[in-house]
This record gives sequence, structure tokens and C-alpha cells, in this order.
Amino acid sequence: MSIYQEIILEHYKNPRNFGTLKSPSKKTSVSNPSCGDKIGMDVVFTGKKLMEIKFSGQGCAISRAAASLLTEYCKGKTNEELQKLDKEFMIKLLGIELGPNRIKCALLPLEALHKLL
Amino acid sequence: MNLKNIRKDFPIFRHHNALVYLDSTATSLKPQSVIEKEVEYYEQYSANVFRGIYKISERATSEYKKTREIVAQFINANKPEEIVFTRSTTESLNLLAYSLGRKIVNEGDEIVSTIMEHHSNFVPWQQLAIENGSTFKVINVNNDGYLDLDNLKSQMPASPAGRSNIKSAAKNSNLEKLKQVITRKTKILALTYVSNVLGTINPMKEIAAAAKKINPNIMVIVDAAQALPHMKVDVRDLGVDFVAFSSHKMLGPTGVGVLWGKYNLLQEMFPFNYGGEMIQEVYVDRTVFKEPPLKFEAGTPHIAGVIALKEAIHYLRSIGLDVVRRHEMEITQYAINLLLSEFKGQLRILGPRDVDHRGGIVTFTFANYHPHDVAQILDEDNICIRVGHHCAMPLHESLRINATVRASFYIYNTKDDVEKLVEGLKKVQKILR
Repeated sequence: MSIYQEIILEHYKNPRNFGTLKSPSKKTSVSNPSCGDKIGMDVVFTGKKLMEIKFSGQGCAISRAAASLLTEYCKGKTNEELQKLDKEFMIKLLGIELGPNRIKCALLPLEALHKLL
Repeated sequence: MNLKNIRKDFPIFRHHNALVYLDSTATSLKPQSVIEKEVEYYEQYSANVFRGIYKISERATSEYKKTREIVAQFINANKPEEIVFTRSTTESLNLLAYSLGRKIVNEGDEIVSTIMEHHSNFVPWQQLAIENGSTFKVINVNNDGYLDLDNLKSQMPASPAGRSNIKSAAKNSNLEKLKQVITRKTKILALTYVSNVLGTINPMKEIAAAAKKINPNIMVIVDAAQALPHMKVDVRDLGVDFVAFSSHKMLGPTGVGVLWGKYNLLQEMFPFNYGGEMIQEVYVDRTVFKEPPLKFEAGTPHIAGVIALKEAIHYLRSIGLDVVRRHEMEITQYAINLLLSEFKGQLRILGPRDVDHRGGIVTFTFANYHPHDVAQILDEDNICIRVGHHCAMPLHESLRINATVRASFYIYNTKDDVEKLVEGLKKVQKILR
């Protein structure tokens, strides 16, 4: 099965929550030096709830789609709920099987999110 | 030997019928005879070398020594004792940084390398300089992918380098800028013969001569990992001091590297690893080391691998390196032409346009498609290419590119492979557009 499924390509070509926030309560960036991918992430928390999230940067189809799907999922969730998200969650979210090299692409946005919690 | 039926010598094509292998710059495929030679050692005389006073050990020792002779002949070394077996090109170069570098480079001295190096011929020198307070200088590349050594934009025709039919980047034959980099303080010039990204064939003989003219004591160290498998290399004709290369890129087994050095220089260097087989006499307070090459071959070597390297050289010789080179030039030219005509304005090829100055390597960027996506989609059709920075991050940084796509060719590749690559790239466009 190709990993370039409709849902992945749709989020890659039309990423949700792409850009930056005007006044984020927190921001961070992560990178994968082996492929040069960089993801910036801005969030606004109100109390313990994540109210706003945006991501920016350069990446492959998988990392971009993963960031798009993840940011969509995150809105309205609490800090505790988001801390529980792991590798298995990302695989389920994307709905594809990824080899050991490409799984890093899918996990990059999650790494950014976890740095903000 | 005819290259037409050559694929039947490579058993991997029987296991993967539709394999389009375009990553020989990373490692080459292996012919049956090399695989069989390695099995022969394990099945028939799998004893340790040098010490056994019994027949199978003597057989192993004799096969091992024979390889040293064959390698010496293959690169026209002065004698077999100038050939040191290591694990890899990387280890050969690290050996030099340790055993030579720490002997001759002191605080205030200079080491010169280039921006197009593989990390293995860059980091050991950079780290040596950081460690001992010497200066690490780096020669840049110009927009055409040549070393930036020429002040005058000379239009001199390419001239044959050495005895082979290889023409190197003789555009740089003026080499004026070398004087700005190399001084009397420069102890080491470490550079690659063929860039593993740009494909550029550096005018090694001319550079070595020019460097030694500025400073007769300079040691010229050549990373020939991408040269040896593809073209005739005559180490004496090059006028350099050390040459490093790997077995696995020239049809041989992984785990075997070669370091060639002038014998008197090898004698003067520090040992590298201490241990078995590199020692003459050991006392509680002192040790007497063996002479090169054994001085640098502590521990049981990769005996099967070394022995099978002999078979790889035999195979390459039976084809003829001039045939190998001509085949690669033809296929590289075909690839460059086809890629540029099929993907006008979408695809940018790095490195020299002239295949006279270029090995069988075509590295490119493709629209704004991420190289990892390109590789993944090509893999769906069993097309193996390499993406990333190819262990040459300083070069990519200098070109302001994160990652590139690289297709590389060897004797078993055909124009059909190039056409499949083009079809694959069209599929990439279709999916990601």
C-alpha cells in the first residue's frame, strides 16, 4: 500500500493551521538535520486548554500532513490529554504504515507539541 | 567482456527481477564470483592468517597476501607492503588523521581540505585542528561545481589526466588560487578525487603538483572511494602521498578498506591500533612494532572480505576500466539530457555539465518536492536512489540546499534504468502536484 493515501495528500496540499500566531503563549521549533526538515509551532493555552495552534516550516508530505492532522486534533484538548499522545497515536492518526526512516517524519510535529506542554 | 549480459553475473537481479539500482555511489552490487570467493574461505580454509602452522591457515595467509599484491598492481603501487587493509575508506582516513596528523601537524600549522568532501575526509581534519590548535582551511566550489582554484576564467581544453582516458576538470588547470590557500605552513592537503554529490572529477595530478610546488613538504591525501571503482587510478602517476578507498564500492565485500601510502611515510607514522599481529616483541616496559603494513593491521582482519576483494579486482580488470568509464560517461550523458528535456525548468542538476569532468553521478533537486517523498514514490516501483545530504553537509550548506536526490550508475546499469527513473519522476509529479 502506498503511503501517499488521499488523506495524506489532501493535508499535504492544503495543510490546516499552517502559519504563525500573532501572540502565542508559547512557541518552539524542531528539526531533523538528516533531511533538513524544520517545524515551528505556536500555541495559545487558556488555562489548561489548548485553544489555538499553528505550525510553519519546510517538510516532506508525511511531516506536513502529520502536523496538519495533529494540530487539527489538538484544539480544545487539555495539557494532560496531549501529553499522552505517542508514536502509536500518530500512526493511527495518519492511517498508514511507515518504515523506520519515515516514522521520524511523522513524529517531528509531535516532538514540537511535546516541547510546548 | 560485453556489458550487455553483465546483469546475469549479479544474483540480486534474480531475486529482484525489476530492480532499478541507482545507488552504486553508496555501495555497489556484488557479482557471483565475489560472493563465491567469500563462501570459499568459510567453507574450505576458514583459519586465521599468519600464525597457523597448518595447511588451511597457510592457504588463508597465501590468499590474503595475494590480494595485497593484486591491489598493489591494480593501483600501480611501488610494492605490496604499501597496501594497508582497513575496515573502510573512513577508517583509512581516520588512521591518517591519527597516525600521520598527530605526528606532523602542530599548533600554528595548517590543514587544507575542500567543501565538497564526504564527512569522512572533513571531520577527522577539522577535529584534529580543534584538538591541537592548527588551522583548518576549506577550498570552496564555484557555481559550476568545480573547486574554486582558478582566478582566470580560462577556456583551456580538457587535457587527459594520467595514463587513463579520464579527463578531469582541467578548466582549473591554472590553479592560481591555490597559492592563496596553501602556504609553507600547510602540512596536509586532504581532498576527494571524485565528489560523491557533484560528481566532479578533480584534476588531482595537477593539484598535487601545484601544491607541492608551493610547499614541497605537504602531504597530499586522496579520498578515492568514488574514483577507484570507475576509472584507472595510478597512484604513482598522480604524485600524491596517500590514497584511501573501499572494497564495497568496487564490487567487493563490505568491511574492507584500503590505505595506500608511500612506504617511507608509513614507516614514520605512529601505529593506529595496538594489539595482535602488529607487534614484533613486547616487554613489560616497551614494545617493538612490526614494519608496515602489519604495523597498522592489529587484530584479526576481515579475511574473507580481503580475499574476495581480489576477485572483485579480477572482475573489473576482465571488463577493463576504460570500458567501465566509457559506459558510465554514456549513461550519465543520456541521463542528464533526458532529465533536463523531460522536466524543463523543474529539475536542477548540480555539478559539471561536461561528462568528461564528471563521474557516473547525477544529483538534482526536483521542483519543490521533498527528496524523501521522491525516494519513497520511486521505491514503490523498485527504483533505488539516494536522498539527503549524502554525508556532505558542508557542501549542501554552501549551496543553501537542505537535501538532494542522487542517481548513480555502474556497469550493470542501462539506459532502460534511466528511462524508468524518468517514468518514476513523472509519477512523483502526478502524485504530489
